[in-house]
Amino acid sequence: MRDCKIVSRKFEFEGSHTLAVAKEHNGYRTLSKIKEYSQQQMIQIIKDSMLRGKGGGGAPTGSRWELMPQNEKKPSFLVVNCDESEPGTFKDRQIISKDPHLLIEGIILTSYAIKAKVAYIYIRGEYKEYQDILQNAIDEAYVAGLLDNCEITIHRGAGAYICGEKSALLESMEGKRGHPRLKPKNKEPEWYFDNPTLVNNVETIASVPFIIQNGADAYRAYGTDKSPGTLLFAMSGHVNKPGVYEAEFGTNMLEYIEHFGGGVKNGKKLKALIAGGVSCGVLTPLECENLTLDYEALKAIGSSLGTGGMIIMDEDTNMVEALKNILEFYHEESCGQCTPCREGSGWSDKIVGKILDGNGTKEDLEKLFELADIMNGKTICVFAPSISQVLVSFITKFRDEFEAVVS
Amino acid sequence: MFVFSDDNLIKIEELKKRYPSKKALCLPLLWMAQYQDGFISIDAIDAISEQTTIPPMEIYRVITFYTMFHLEKSEKLQVDVCKTLSCKLCGSDEILKYLESKDVKVNHVECLGSCGTAPVMQIKDKNYENLTTEKVEKILKEIL
Repeated sequence: MRDCKIVSRKFEFEGSHTLAVAKEHNGYRTLSKIKEYSQQQMIQIIKDSMLRGKGGGGAPTGSRWELMPQNEKKPSFLVVNCDESEPGTFKDRQIISKDPHLLIEGIILTSYAIKAKVAYIYIRGEYKEYQDILQNAIDEAYVAGLLDNCEITIHRGAGAYICGEKSALLESMEGKRGHPRLKPKNKEPEWYFDNPTLVNNVETIASVPFIIQNGADAYRAYGTDKSPGTLLFAMSGHVNKPGVYEAEFGTNMLEYIEHFGGGVKNGKKLKALIAGGVSCGVLTPLECENLTLDYEALKAIGSSLGTGGMIIMDEDTNMVEALKNILEFYHEESCGQCTPCREGSGWSDKIVGKILDGNGTKEDLEKLFELADIMNGKTICVFAPSISQVLVSFITKFRDEFEAVVS
Repeated sequence: MFVFSDDNLIKIEELKKRYPSKKALCLPLLWMAQYQDGFISIDAIDAISEQTTIPPMEIYRVITFYTMFHLEKSEKLQVDVCKTLSCKLCGSDEILKYLESKDVKVNHVECLGSCGTAPVMQIKDKNYENLTTEKVEKILKEIL
C-alpha cells in the first residue's frame, strides 16, 4: 500500500498545531501563489485536479467554486463545514486539532479564488475542545499578519446533526432552526443572508494547499481516474487499531482494514461493515471482497462512500440491535420539517424496537419496507432517503436474523 | 432580570462587526447566556432578542431545536454519554449502566465524533475517551 500523506503530513509532528511548527514544515508556503495566479487560474487548477467534496457527497469542488460570482456588488462568503456528526466520522477533528494551520492556509487560498473577504468555520457544538485549538491557531495567524485580507470567524453549532447539510447549516448561521432548504432548479451558489456563499468541508479546503503548490497532475497521481487524490479514511467499532489513516481512493477496502487497522478485534470474523458513516447502509463481507474505496465502486453496489468512516462489526454483532441503534439516531436527529421523515424515523425506530423485544411479526418487516418506500425521495433533503437505505440494506442482507426473532 | 456581563457586551459589539446581520448572533449569544447562567432564562431570551432583532418566540424555537441548549439549570453534574453505533459496539452500555448508579445527570447523546476512541463521555465540554468503568470512577472522583 502506497504511503500518501497529503492532508495528514504534519499530524505526527510534535506541536503540529502551532504556527512555528507549521512554518518549519513549509506551512503557508502557497500564499506566494496568490501573486502568481489569478482567481480564474486558481479555480482552473482545482477543476483540473478533479478534487471532490470530502464531506460525504463527493461533488466536484472546482465546479462549485466556479458558481461563485466574480463581479458581484454583494459580498461573497466562504463557509467551512466542520459540523461532522455522521456516526463513524471523526476526520475533520484531526485536521483542526493536529494541523489547523493547513485549514487556515486553505481558507486563505479559497477566499482569494472566490473573492470572499470573510470566512466562517461552522463547528459542531460538541467539539469545543478542538474549537479552542483552532481558535488559538487563528489568533496566531492574525498576529502574524496572515489574515489581513481574509477574516475568519468560528461559528459554533449546538447539537443538531442536520446542520451538516449545507443549506441547514446556513439557516443555522442565520440564527434559525437548522432546516434544510429546497434545492434550486439550476446550479447556483448557496446563499447566506442573500449573499453568494460557498460551503466546503474542512478536508476539502485542507486539500487545496497541496494542489495549488504541486499542481493538478500531482494530485491526480493519487487515486483513481474518477476519484482522484486521497481521503482521511477512518475505522471504528470492532477493529484492533481504530483511527484515521489517510489513503488514496481506489485502495482495496479489506487490505486497508488489515494494513492500518490490524484486522477485526480479537481475531473474530467480519460480519458486517458500514462504508462511510451510518447513512451508507450496511455491507456484507462478500460484498466487501475486492471492493475498492472510491465513489464509483461503492455506488456500483448500491451503497456510497460517504465520509469514508468505516464501522466494523464482528461475527457476534446482533444486527437487529445495530439497526435499532442507528434508527434511534435518525429518530433523534430528524429536523421534523418533512412529514415522511419526522413520522417515518419515529415509526421505524418503534417497530424495530418491538422486533428487538421479541414482539415483532412478519408483517412488521413488510411494514418497514413500506415505510422505507414512503421516506425515499419524498423529502427536502437526503436524510429520509438515508434511513430508507439503512432499513432496506439491513433487513434484506440480514433477513434471516430478523426472521428468527419475529413470529 | 438578565444582563450580559460587561466582558460579554464588549464581545457582542466585536461580533456584530463580523457578520452581515445581527440575526447571525443568535447562536453565539445563546451560548454566551448559557455560560453566564448555566442555562438560558426567559429574561436572557428577551436580552438576546433585543440584540439580534429576532422575536423572543423565534429564539425559543431555536433553543428547543438544538440539544445542547438548556432552559433549566441542572443541579447535578451533567454527563453526556455517546450511545451511537461505534460506542455501542465498544461497550457504551456498560458505561451508561455504571453512570446511572451515580449521583450525576446522565444524558444519552448521539455521536460525539470519538468513534475511534470509543466509548466516550463529555463533561463540561471535555471529552473523556477509551472509557472503562474503572476510568469513569476515577474521573468522577476527580470532578465531584
